[in-house]
Amino acid sequence: MTRNTVISVRNLVKKFGSFTANDNLSFEVYEGEIFGFLGANGAGKTTALRILSGLSAPTSGEVIVAGYNAKKQPEQIKKNIGYMCQKFSLYEDLTVKENIMLYGGIYGIKRALIRERTDLLLDKLNFREYGDRLISDLPLGLRQKLAFSVAVLHEPKIVFLDEPTGGVDPITRRQFWEMIYEAAGRGITVFVTTHYMDEAEYCDRISIMSEGKIVALDTPANLKKQYNAASVDEVFVKIARPGG
Amino acid sequence: MRTIFYLIRKEFIQIFRDKFMGRAIFGVPIVQMLLLVPAVTFEINNVKLCIIDRDMTTESRELVNRLEGSTFFKVRFSTFSEQEANNLLHRGKCDLVLQIPSGFGKETGKGNPGRILVSVNAINAVNAQLSWAYLSGVIRDYNMNIVAENIGSATLASFPQIQVDNRYWYNELLNYKYYMLPGVLGILVLAIGFIFAGLNLVKEKESGTIEQINVTPVKKYHFIIAKMVPFLVIGLIDVAIGLIIGKLTFNIPFEGSIALLFLGSALFLVAVLGFALFLSTFSSTQQQFMFTAFFFIIIFVLMSGVFTPLDSMPIWAQKFDLINPAAYVMRINRMVMLKGSTFHDISREIYSLIVIAIVFTALAVNRYRKTA
Repeated sequence: MTRNTVISVRNLVKKFGSFTANDNLSFEVYEGEIFGFLGANGAGKTTALRILSGLSAPTSGEVIVAGYNAKKQPEQIKKNIGYMCQKFSLYEDLTVKENIMLYGGIYGIKRALIRERTDLLLDKLNFREYGDRLISDLPLGLRQKLAFSVAVLHEPKIVFLDEPTGGVDPITRRQFWEMIYEAAGRGITVFVTTHYMDEAEYCDRISIMSEGKIVALDTPANLKKQYNAASVDEVFVKIARPGG
Repeated sequence: MRTIFYLIRKEFIQIFRDKFMGRAIFGVPIVQMLLLVPAVTFEINNVKLCIIDRDMTTESRELVNRLEGSTFFKVRFSTFSEQEANNLLHRGKCDLVLQIPSGFGKETGKGNPGRILVSVNAINAVNAQLSWAYLSGVIRDYNMNIVAENIGSATLASFPQIQVDNRYWYNELLNYKYYMLPGVLGILVLAIGFIFAGLNLVKEKESGTIEQINVTPVKKYHFIIAKMVPFLVIGLIDVAIGLIIGKLTFNIPFEGSIALLFLGSALFLVAVLGFALFLSTFSSTQQQFMFTAFFFIIIFVLMSGVFTPLDSMPIWAQKFDLINPAAYVMRINRMVMLKGSTFHDISREIYSLIVIAIVFTALAVNRYRKTA
């Protein structure tokens, strides 16, 4: 089975002064896959994700995303990706519809098509009555679902999610992952960072980062077999505390 | 290009949804105009006099009467003690002490020069010089009178002398409001544009929404221009409000072309907005921006020539004003409104503002980084 590579990272290093946030990362992500990036806080997940999405330039190494070099063509990458970050980033003083219209417009989607997709999206999320409400009036779970929908509104090749379910209740997390699956089903590659280990089980492949390095990378099943563990959580504990 | 319209639309919605902004944008020009234009004046009235008349003759009384008759002076105190007079000056109870020594009337009667002593509070040098100028005017008249009385007015008229007729051009009544209003109009637009545009961008940094914009393919200049356009429009509306207030409440004359005034204000605004946005790329919090904005606004305003004539500033200050957009708009506003200057008369100012506007905007676009 040959799969198209959409993200290819070779020897990525990112330094902030003398601190090395990403230490020689190398990995590939295939088209349509859900790729999980795990690690404790400060392991370097967000730094790597920001480099992949063109928000931050790598110190050295080769990073190719959607066919473009992250160091030389970050703006080309941005045309082909969606992004949803840890810190909630829709405009709180705009309504749901206004946010959708704005981001749709930024990605160059035709006005009529934005309207069409807005209707579809609101129906699908059972959001109809929220269309003209300000984002600041929405509960967090709804906001996160909406932010994800906006991030994939332009049907990007890849969507980057940085701890998308932080602070969200289990039921909404469940629904959120259904949305991720649906997007992956449409061929959108999903690159997601998380520190919820149960979520890692939903990924096709996961990589575990520790202190700026990738210490494990495989499917959840293979990793469990390799570390003789019942869950990814156990794998993670064994990697993080090798002695114990 | 369509992207930019979506961004501009977003800015307008956000500005007018913010209750404080909506009020400030239209309330500030009204209050500033009504408050500053009549309050900021260099006119001198009611200079408080203290008289030490040791002569007590018809001649000395005549001089004092003349001073009392003028609108500039108010004789507040009369004393024989020099110490008391100095004390009054010291305590700020009077601005000027006039001493007429005894023998003043006798000497002038004999044909010798009469001597008087004037002490002026010169903490404010301009005020002191003006008070002295008014006083010496009154004394000159009185002098002429003495001469005329002694040699007969017919004989005086036969002496060769210069008769001066003067006219004050462009502001015949020397109405300070006419001078200040075009200047205040400039300050108003400067403050509103500078602060609101800069705060707006820093707010996006604080809330993290700028990150979401940076990860989209939005072009840098699209983003900066979209931040400028709403405040350009609001600034020009404020100019219009200011002009209407000027006409209705102060009956300010408007000699030149309104379109030319708006052209000047528009270029000025672009320059100011460009600079504010440039500055905002250095600030990560709204407090930081407010502090730096305050620093620059004070410099721009005080060096603009709104209160003090540019020509009397030191050369280095005049050189600095080559890049101070406020200095150009002060001249444009005053020349167009009071003189009726045409495009040709102010072309140097207009072209300079165009260059400054382009440079400041380019700096803002260049400093704004989508990739750290």
